[in-house]
Amino acid sequence: MKKIGVLALQGAVAEHMKMIEQSGAEAIIVKRTEQLDDLDGLILPGGESTAIGRLMKRYGFDEAIPEFAANGKALFGTCAGMILLAKDIDGGKPESHIGVMDMKVVRNAFGRQKESFEAELVVNEVGDDVRGVFIRAPLIESVGPDVEVICTYKGQIVAAKQGQYLATSFHPELTDDIRIHQLFVDMIVEKREESLC
Amino acid sequence: MELGTSRVKRGMAEMQKGGVIMDVINAEQARIAEAAGACAVMALERVPSDIRKAGGVARMTDVSILEEVLKAVTVPVMAKARIGHIVEARILESMGVDYIDESEVLTPADENFHIAKADFTVPFVCGAKDLGEALRRIGEGASMIRTKGEPGTGNVVEAVRHIRTVNSQINKIKSMAKEELMTEAKILGAPYDLVLYIHEHGKLPVVNFAAGGVATPADAALMMVLGCDGVFVGSGVFKSENPEKFARAIVEATTHYNDYKLIGELSKGIGEPMRGLEISKLQQADRMQDRGW
Repeated sequence: MKKIGVLALQGAVAEHMKMIEQSGAEAIIVKRTEQLDDLDGLILPGGESTAIGRLMKRYGFDEAIPEFAANGKALFGTCAGMILLAKDIDGGKPESHIGVMDMKVVRNAFGRQKESFEAELVVNEVGDDVRGVFIRAPLIESVGPDVEVICTYKGQIVAAKQGQYLATSFHPELTDDIRIHQLFVDMIVEKREESLC
Repeated sequence: MELGTSRVKRGMAEMQKGGVIMDVINAEQARIAEAAGACAVMALERVPSDIRKAGGVARMTDVSILEEVLKAVTVPVMAKARIGHIVEARILESMGVDYIDESEVLTPADENFHIAKADFTVPFVCGAKDLGEALRRIGEGASMIRTKGEPGTGNVVEAVRHIRTVNSQINKIKSMAKEELMTEAKILGAPYDLVLYIHEHGKLPVVNFAAGGVATPADAALMMVLGCDGVFVGSGVFKSENPEKFARAIVEATTHYNDYKLIGELSKGIGEPMRGLEISKLQQADRMQDRGW
């Protein structure tokens, strides 16, 4: 069974754990870098990117996660997690970030909490009826040539894929819909099959 | 597009989990809290221990200071409104505060009624001493609950009492027969549908944080061990000898709450915590947890 970790320094961890298990993989709470050795993929949850970025640096994840990714392991970031995956960040850089996805994100792009919203989204490979829960959400302002945009909302990019990396501005883990987590789990399967050839 | 749905309001609190929300009285303290890893800051006029000393009426924070705090940090900014003070809450909402704490730390504006919180786009957090109180607040629209504890005392005993009480009441409802639930709702003074939710899910439908008396990294970790989702620290940070170091240690102890060796290390050389108060020495009128119902 594929093992997927959820980085548990701060943020909504339990919701991702549930989604991973429902997608047919094993879910692991990750608080220490040595736990990464065992995993096929890692989810960077929603939370506060400033708080998570500081704790990542303090506990060595700022170096361990890029190394994990360089070994071909999969990463999925939601909201704050997406900010941490981006190479370029507008609106206050956290103390550390992972920077493996070739894109520029804007923090709190929709405004403050009272501007947080839900909307119906069309996500490539997933469906045209995906509920997007946006909470003080970031946006992807621009992407490099290797990044595939899989969802836009009102003309702006809110989800993207690049190789074994997946990022969403919104929170699929706050709904009952496991399809985006299933997409992530399937991305790991593909990777394994490729390496067998 | 739908604004201010229950999922968006409760979800915002989910994102705070495993984190520490720190009381700040100005932009400078807000920056220190953010740099130390706070997942949000709570703006108020005075920290609870100073409210105790000053006496008089404690109100919503000064609006111009709140504006400075909102500009100073990128983490969410919460602010306190008096219990039942609809207009203070509406002002905070209009200013773009990310979460409102309808708080017993301030002098209540209404001794009978809490704010009808579901009507707001901004989410609310409220304190609770027991499950009935928690479910009444959720029934009114609170999207997050915290223990009341006894604010400004640096004494964690009341916060422990409140989380222990809520947990054991949840366990009791979980194991009840369905026929017993309406009677239990009547005894608790809680909405029936929420009692039913507890019976089915074995937990509150919203996040539950610790608050009111958390003064050290070990206190914060204790509240996490007892099942809280995160921690509010009021006077504990900026009334300690070295707020910056203390704040960092509390944040890390909250993340690694079951790594006792690490919490021991974190507690070294961080200076004196705030001075604590013995709860039994408080006058009845000074007990903030008895405000609200």
